[in-house]
Amino acid sequence: MEEGYLDMELLRFSTAGSVDDGKSTLIGRLLYDSKSIFEDQYEAIEASSKKKGEGQVNLALLTDGLRSEREQGITIDVAYRYFATPKRKFIIADTPGHIQYTRNMVTGASTSNLSIILIDARKGIIEQTYRHTFIASLLGIPHIVFCINKMDLVDYDEAVFQKIKKDTEAFASKLDVKDIHFIPISALKGDNIVNKSENMDWYQGSTLLYLLENIHIGSDHNHIDCRFPVQYVIRPQTDEFHDYRGYAGRIAGGIFKPGDSVVALPSGFSSTIKSIDTMDGPIEEAFAPMSVTITLNDEIDISRGDMIVRENNQPRVSQDLDVMLCWMNERPIQLGGKYALKHTSNDVRCVIKDVKYKVDINTLHRMEEEQSLDMNDIGRVTIRTTKPLFFDNYKRNRNTGSIILIDETTNETVAAGMILT
Amino acid sequence: MKAYNLTHLKELESEAIFVLREVASQFDNPVLLFSGGKDSIVCAHLARKAFFPAKVPFPLMHVDTGHNFPETIEFRDQFIDKIGAQLIVASVQDSIDQGKVREEKGFNASRNALQTVTLLEAIENNKFDAAIGGARRDEEKARAKERFFSHRDEFGQWDPKNQRPELWNIFNGMKHFGENFRVFPISNWTEMDVWQYILHERIELPSLYFSHERNCFIRDGVIMYATDVIERKDSETIERMQIRFRTIGDMTCTGAVESNADSLEKIIEEVASTRTTERGTRSDDKRSEAAMEDRKKQGYF
Repeated sequence: MEEGYLDMELLRFSTAGSVDDGKSTLIGRLLYDSKSIFEDQYEAIEASSKKKGEGQVNLALLTDGLRSEREQGITIDVAYRYFATPKRKFIIADTPGHIQYTRNMVTGASTSNLSIILIDARKGIIEQTYRHTFIASLLGIPHIVFCINKMDLVDYDEAVFQKIKKDTEAFASKLDVKDIHFIPISALKGDNIVNKSENMDWYQGSTLLYLLENIHIGSDHNHIDCRFPVQYVIRPQTDEFHDYRGYAGRIAGGIFKPGDSVVALPSGFSSTIKSIDTMDGPIEEAFAPMSVTITLNDEIDISRGDMIVRENNQPRVSQDLDVMLCWMNERPIQLGGKYALKHTSNDVRCVIKDVKYKVDINTLHRMEEEQSLDMNDIGRVTIRTTKPLFFDNYKRNRNTGSIILIDETTNETVAAGMILT
Repeated sequence: MKAYNLTHLKELESEAIFVLREVASQFDNPVLLFSGGKDSIVCAHLARKAFFPAKVPFPLMHVDTGHNFPETIEFRDQFIDKIGAQLIVASVQDSIDQGKVREEKGFNASRNALQTVTLLEAIENNKFDAAIGGARRDEEKARAKERFFSHRDEFGQWDPKNQRPELWNIFNGMKHFGENFRVFPISNWTEMDVWQYILHERIELPSLYFSHERNCFIRDGVIMYATDVIERKDSETIERMQIRFRTIGDMTCTGAVESNADSLEKIIEEVASTRTTERGTRSDDKRSEAAMEDRKKQGYF
């Protein structure tokens, strides 16, 4: 066996599309053409396709989920799917495209490096395309790939593709998106998914799989601003490790090395890093998203919720925050209401001070007269927390710039927030 | 400039360690469900890594159907001894003896379904508020929608339509009294990832995973171990076969595959070229198309 897997990287991507855009077919095609489908899975969908009287094996059935979804022929919830090629392992967050499921799209996008947005070549840009692109941009997904699907139904016409590309570029320029790609495909026929299309000689770009395998993701994490939220304090209290006190956590940004001068927040006490430990032995440097244990040269009081940072590069510290909030609960936001708030390893409470505006996610228009957020609404909100948080702008760091709000009565997660200032 | 990239295995490891530390922080009384199968062994290994140099700060619990392979039990006891953890055994036999569940009868009788009752009771009696399991989302379609932190009501039930949204790496473990969570640190791993990691970390496994000779018979195309706990039909004859197990569960529902793979390297080669899913050898999933979904709703882990 080749040892190639030791060099494989992980790419997480989400897929968004409207009903009938061919999203399930696309995922089925990726899984099938990359040989990630097992015989028993294929036989099962072959049988279902026959039962439903379909002429060919319906690859979309591969992503069929729960019984309640099959009965209604829709997807209710984010489903995670996996496949690998010799170069990369892929995690797909397969999110449903219906209007009422903005919360699912936001959820799927929150952990993605890349988003695939499907556009039906016959329809061009529709309202949902704006919405999907806006959400991808809001969630800070570094790479967006627009797949112009069903090219077979427009005779593989280059003019159709170019027109949609131009229209999309025009509105995407208004959004904060770093890296955009366009690929003409037919998920049904397999054009430009894994294999290069023989029907579109005019397209010189890469296939979707080639792009997924080769797109540069090394810079997707923040390796500049050192942030280490303390998650858990390790104190073995054994003879061998009698005085050991290690701060366990996952690096949220920057690169830490033994000898570095650091400051613990909120206390402000400084020290230097003594060691960075793992069960495999101490290491010379640690960067996002590694899980490590840091020990310091001075005994200072640090506990969960504290953050270890560099002296000369500190996050903002404040109790007053402006956030873009995506509301995810049937009970609308309560102005003046109190919620539990989670941010990195910190648990605080907060009060909603103001809804500054609601975004019309189809036109990006700011509705300043709106004072409420309902399920699936997105808006700019001012909150005040019971304790100061140590945070960065979400665009700068997704780990230290994100929060969730929890209803203290039901314990449900009711909102996801991206910190602006 | 140096590339600050993690390999996919290191990133998955880091994610799982993060989740395990989150469990120890957010819950008062967690437990790690340990079946002696490779996924739970990997979870226990990750738990050791998460809290090193301290010991794993929660006990391991085995739900023993009484129909386990003897090799599994032997491995379990050695493993516990080695890592110095506390082991709790919840026995399905006890639940049967106490009349809480009734044993299935007939050729396809299995104690697999009965486990749920024993598990839920053990969680309640020990007042566990989080049970960590080695389930993976790639195993089965009902699991593809499972959260890392999966909320269960006071009856231990899963409601797929009413799951909490789970964003970034912020996990909401808040709950009411009497409710608990199932937590799945290796949700994002595939069967291949697990094997590659076992090889990379040189993790020891029960001998059942490696090729060996065994008395077997074939039922519905699946190779089963010819043990006394499975009632055989007259037409089902015993053969000596060269096999290994891809998953390890209760003897009554764990099928084998013919294989000569006697090392981790050969197993990985076999997994890479195999054309059926891992659970394809599990008869418990074949009962109906939504079998797993139904069992999960009732509290199966």
